[in-house]
Amino acid sequence: MNLLKISGSPHVHTDNSVKGIMYGVIYAMIPALLVSIYFFGLDAIRVTVLSVVMCLLVEYLIQKYVLKTTVTISDGSAIITGILLAFNVPSNLPWHIILIGAIVAIGIGKMSFGGVGKNIFNPALVGRVFLLISFPVQMTSWPIPVPLGGKALTDAITGPTPLGIMKEGLSAGKTVSEIMPQIPDYVQNMLVGFQGGSLGEVSALALLLGAIYMLIRKIITWHTPVAFIGSAFIFASILYLVDPARFVDPFFHMLTGGMMLGVFFMATDMVTSPMSAKGQLIFGAGAGILTILIRVFGAYPEGVSFAILIMNAFVPLLDRGFKPKRFGEVVKA
Amino acid sequence: MLKTFKLGGVHPAENKISEDKKIEVLPLPKIAYIPISQHLGAPAKPLVNKGDSIKVGQQIAKGEAFISANIHSSVSGKVQKIDAVIDASGYKRTAVVVQVEGDEWEEGIDKTKDIKRDITLSQKEIIAKINEKGIVGLGGATFPSHVKLMVPDGKKADVLIINGVECEPYLTSDHRLMLEMGEEMMIGVEILKRALGVNRAVIGIENNKPDAIEHLSKIAKNFSGIEVQGLKVKYPQGAEKQLIKAIINREVPSGKLPIEVGAVVNNSGTAYAVYEAVQKNKPLIERVVTITGKSVKNPGNFMVRIGTPVSELIEAGGGLPDDTGKVISGGPMMGKALNSLEAPIVKGTSGILIMQEEEAARKQVLNCIRCSRCVSVCPMGLEPYLLEKVVMFEDFERTEKERVMDCIECGSCQFTCPANRPLLDYIRLGKNKVGQIMRARAKK
Repeated sequence: MNLLKISGSPHVHTDNSVKGIMYGVIYAMIPALLVSIYFFGLDAIRVTVLSVVMCLLVEYLIQKYVLKTTVTISDGSAIITGILLAFNVPSNLPWHIILIGAIVAIGIGKMSFGGVGKNIFNPALVGRVFLLISFPVQMTSWPIPVPLGGKALTDAITGPTPLGIMKEGLSAGKTVSEIMPQIPDYVQNMLVGFQGGSLGEVSALALLLGAIYMLIRKIITWHTPVAFIGSAFIFASILYLVDPARFVDPFFHMLTGGMMLGVFFMATDMVTSPMSAKGQLIFGAGAGILTILIRVFGAYPEGVSFAILIMNAFVPLLDRGFKPKRFGEVVKA
Repeated sequence: MLKTFKLGGVHPAENKISEDKKIEVLPLPKIAYIPISQHLGAPAKPLVNKGDSIKVGQQIAKGEAFISANIHSSVSGKVQKIDAVIDASGYKRTAVVVQVEGDEWEEGIDKTKDIKRDITLSQKEIIAKINEKGIVGLGGATFPSHVKLMVPDGKKADVLIINGVECEPYLTSDHRLMLEMGEEMMIGVEILKRALGVNRAVIGIENNKPDAIEHLSKIAKNFSGIEVQGLKVKYPQGAEKQLIKAIINREVPSGKLPIEVGAVVNNSGTAYAVYEAVQKNKPLIERVVTITGKSVKNPGNFMVRIGTPVSELIEAGGGLPDDTGKVISGGPMMGKALNSLEAPIVKGTSGILIMQEEEAARKQVLNCIRCSRCVSVCPMGLEPYLLEKVVMFEDFERTEKERVMDCIECGSCQFTCPANRPLLDYIRLGKNKVGQIMRARAKK
């Protein structure tokens, strides 16, 4: 007879796996990826493939030769970081800048904390912000999307994002209604994907589709996104009601920049967001308010990345302060 | 309308392979190993000696402490020795080893199948009888029933809850018992009601046993104050606190017993044992045990004499399959892995589950990715990921503060963890350490 196995209960396990969750996130990014390929063509493929391969390579080299541990690049987490990093940069970014982004994202943002699950900040955002500060010119010259086989809306090859146009106009002393005509038909363009910007922020609809998939598969919960969008919307609305000439309407904020990408794919990163529902609500709300604060009063036109990174730093505190509802805590006689 | 508890919970695959198999009587063992500690609390004190001839139903050990229970012989024959044998826990524990000869019963025990409906004993007499006949909770915790029925001063019970949930996957012994001994069980419920002095009893049954719900609802019409409540299938609904929450929406405070909210919970199997003790004068010497598993040839439900080695039940199930990896006493969520197939079936054994080699293997442990699934499935609202970490760092002060003692060890967290972390292993260690610290503090 074989020897019997002995272990503590439970003796069964779900089919849940880290790999399953990671690849679920990757599948959820496919619609946005396809849209970005549609608009930016081969450039989108080039940036995404480069970014993913470099992230995998950096993780492999660090695990194999620096940490000398088991190589776990097949778990999918470095692929996510790679795609997210690609989503956050212009499609014409040179390869060496992408490599620097990958080294910072994986090397500093992730592996220096101990690898998957241990990092405090979202690695892709760490990489992105590092690039934004180090290479401000390359990181903010956004190619105008040209649909496959279609025509560009303008003759220019690169142009600022809608948020950039707005920021520049406002600081030049123009009012919102004077600036708006420079951003033609923004609602339709931004929903579907004609806005200038990074790969992943061109189409809010495609991102939403991925988010719905993740919600259905229970990879993310509604708490962070709803709190994020809700607080940003309310805060922007208050500003708009105070002075519509100085502050753009809240829908503009919702649909432009990395709002949807940040809300659904980066703020919901399970590793760097709070564990309890209450904590996630506060985390989301904080990020929403910070985003608008930075966009409206800060030096950068875009605030999502900074807002999420700042809130990432509060996660340990939120985990300590906001506990789940305990059974038997409320005495009902 | 179906009810359930709100906080946490999981849905493991049900695998109730043996649910249609009628209860069969397992042949007597050649040698019975009857442990003197088959219950929560102090072991009973043996009353027999080596060489004594004993009969079925004869008391062989006495529960002397307040929380303890009497033990009766389940077979007739000669006491071979009183010695330590390996039990389901894997440890050696004292047992009365009986060489079985024939099947001779003590006088005064009603062995017939006739249903005795008139309840003639008073409240006090009922509790005394339950104590005398060694009845313990048959759901698995094996808490002595007479202690549970004695409501402490200053507390009052107003509802009796009968646990027919059987939320563990695979197990079907309670299901079969409710179907085949429904009326006897119902009389047992009425007896328990009287023992507690309550007017209301609710039998909770999960919706994956619609035949049991229907059958018992029909019988309940002939009784007053007994209801059958269907429940949505959700693990761990059979846990006492979760069941009370599901049925009467009362929340037992942390660290307290169900009586705090006026409820007493008993298992359906216990109700049947109470019927036999009170109406038929029969001690707890046999019980229904499921033998099951994906590779088991003849999964089924057997009436098994206490003390029968597990191996004999496995034989009845068609023998040990070649691909066996683990043999579990109980269900896959909370059962104990056996290290010896000669361990005896005891009062708390609800089933023997044989798991295949690959099913039984644990998966590779990965880094926690903070997905918070363990937090959302915990029925007690704890943070298993955090408990694992603080126990690992041996910070037992924090472990206690994070309410490790509230853990009911249902295993939902570890079941659901995508990184395959041994959460419950660490939590058990934490409970053990914190328990020691608390006891040391109480002594001061």
